[in-house]
Amino acid sequence: MSDDPASKSPVAMPAGPVCPIPISDYPTVQLAHGGGGKLSQILIEGMFAKTFDNPELEVMHDGAVLEIGANRLAFSTDSFVISPYFFPGGDIGSLAVHGTVNDIAMCGARPFAISVGFILEEGLPMDDLWQIVQSIQQAADEVGVHVVTGDTKVVDKGKGDGIYINTTGLGLIPEGIDISPASAGAGDRVLVSGEIAVHGIAIMSIREGLEFETQLESDSAALYPLVTRILETAGEAVRVLRDPTRGGVASALNEIAAQSKVGFRLDEQQIPLSEEVRGACEILGFDPLYVANEGKCLAIVGAEKADAVLAAMRSHPLGQRAAIIGEVVADHPGRVYLRSQIGGMRVVDMLSGEQLPRIC
Amino acid sequence: MRYVDEYRAEAEAQKFVQAIKGTVTREWNLMEVCGGQTHTLIKSGIDRMLPELVTLVHGPGCPVCVTPLELIDRAIAIARRPEIIFTSFGDMLRVPGSKTDLLSAKSEGADVRMVYSPLDSVKLAEQNPDRQVVFFAVGFETTAPPNAMAVHAAQQQGVDNFSILTSHVLVPPAMETLLSSPDNQVQGFLAAGHVCAIMGYWEYEPIAEKYQVPIVVTGFEPLDLLQGIFMTLKALEEGRWGVENQYARLVVREGNQPAQKLMGQVFETCDRKWRGIGEIPMSGYRLKDEFEHFDAEKRFDVGAIEAQEAPECIAGEILVGMKKPHECTAFGTKCKPEHPLGAPMVSAEGACAAYFQYGRGE
Repeated sequence: MSDDPASKSPVAMPAGPVCPIPISDYPTVQLAHGGGGKLSQILIEGMFAKTFDNPELEVMHDGAVLEIGANRLAFSTDSFVISPYFFPGGDIGSLAVHGTVNDIAMCGARPFAISVGFILEEGLPMDDLWQIVQSIQQAADEVGVHVVTGDTKVVDKGKGDGIYINTTGLGLIPEGIDISPASAGAGDRVLVSGEIAVHGIAIMSIREGLEFETQLESDSAALYPLVTRILETAGEAVRVLRDPTRGGVASALNEIAAQSKVGFRLDEQQIPLSEEVRGACEILGFDPLYVANEGKCLAIVGAEKADAVLAAMRSHPLGQRAAIIGEVVADHPGRVYLRSQIGGMRVVDMLSGEQLPRIC
Repeated sequence: MRYVDEYRAEAEAQKFVQAIKGTVTREWNLMEVCGGQTHTLIKSGIDRMLPELVTLVHGPGCPVCVTPLELIDRAIAIARRPEIIFTSFGDMLRVPGSKTDLLSAKSEGADVRMVYSPLDSVKLAEQNPDRQVVFFAVGFETTAPPNAMAVHAAQQQGVDNFSILTSHVLVPPAMETLLSSPDNQVQGFLAAGHVCAIMGYWEYEPIAEKYQVPIVVTGFEPLDLLQGIFMTLKALEEGRWGVENQYARLVVREGNQPAQKLMGQVFETCDRKWRGIGEIPMSGYRLKDEFEHFDAEKRFDVGAIEAQEAPECIAGEILVGMKKPHECTAFGTKCKPEHPLGAPMVSAEGACAAYFQYGRGE
């Protein structure tokens, strides 16, 4: 991007606010603007954050932290447009609960209430809706949140993909917990709670009709119980928590590197990856570091507590394959480096959009 | 993971690095032909593990990169027609034409779909008898057999609403073009293992002989590349030339003969324009006359198309190895993956994309 992107616009701009996204590059919204990579970042930082500018938003965490009297609340929203809406390992309903309660958990908060907004397409089978609603309630029960408010809209047939769901959630941050994406410091360790890239590959394999020998299931899960265990174990030594959804581990760490003004050094050998997912990524030419997760958590913790947090994660069903995958360094702030399996070094940058399978 | 980890073992890699260091006594320029190899070299960091005397020159083997600009414009024009379902492999969708790319055409309403096999496009045509399904059949010898298979299957099954927009290119004529250039600096080649899995390597023997260069058929895993580099350097240091086969677990001298037979039924060689390089005689495939009705270019008249490359883009010099991506003034500034000037910045096999993504311009 040029420093003054608006100047690149081919159309004469009226006086007053001008569109900060270079119109000459993207006169229309592209799918990649929602892909979690650089184009998403440009849209969010360039248009949304600039316009809505306020101190709570500026933190750019998974959820906003609001101080209400003596309490600190975590507040987050997320929309779900997944297709197909039933998939191995879950459905759009459970995913919509997990996605939002996880964003709240990543603020170190205990989620307690969510809203559910439905956008339904005319013709959606009532049985499918019923199953999704049951799934929402079950996921909410499992994590101990109530669905306290909601909304329903129906759009014409052909104008939606069956069902879209928005959920918004609230959580309470316990005293003494201060998780922020700007808190990572040199020497801290990077942990991941299990095998990465499972959700993205599972969804892609059914969406695109790819046939692998084993059926992959999404890892969609509510992470709050795991987060509780991490916080009980390490307390203030927990600097950053993040669930690496769209854009995967690579994008999440790039964002944290920029916000904390630190570098990361990862060890490829240590990154947990199942054989099935790895095989699928090899075939498609995908880098699993950029593939979405829905039941995994990145934790950046002080070095002195890293082993204890690792043990705590591994003792929980959601963290059995947890690993320490790298460390925070003072060098190359804003940059993520990775030591490759054969011992070479490379940068792990943010992608501009979603990965596309290669020709050969 | 079996058949992967064995070729990425750090201790073995170090052995090859040491062997290379013990072999090299002077400066050598090697070209890896295939963009997939370029990406492995940069992604695994091999380029930085080699002695400074060895320069890796990145070759033209990026199918997306050498597809002519006019053809991408033509693809977009065809895709915009209302009766068309335009299908393509994923990494072709972001490649810039002279004004826009296929993904942008999709966002403006064109029915553009990503497929994983040209046979999926034939299936799609069967499922949509009232539409016309076009597959964007680009690539080297590697992708020619499945494309030939798709045309063959469509004919067998009488799927008349299927066609391909084709621009196949061939490696050996491009290697000869590079070697016969007075500016050529390349002294040894790592030939593309996957192309040779189809075609074999007998075609490279007269080239190695004529230009007195070593050509080593090389695979795509880090250890394959290290071994291929070692074999090429050893031949150079010993003053030998000829073809050697590092990728023997997949490649035989004669190649995959059933695949070649099928290609021979459907395609014939023709002159072909390469983006950034220009026209190379007998360097491509086109559909034979008896399959002409599957040629989308003939089926859909979108008029004459003239295209102009972005003047700052030096993709041509990058593709023939005369310049490295970070030597381009637009690299990382005006040209980035999110707004590319040329195809090598967006393709999964493009050298510019590899340098940008893995931080080699810094």
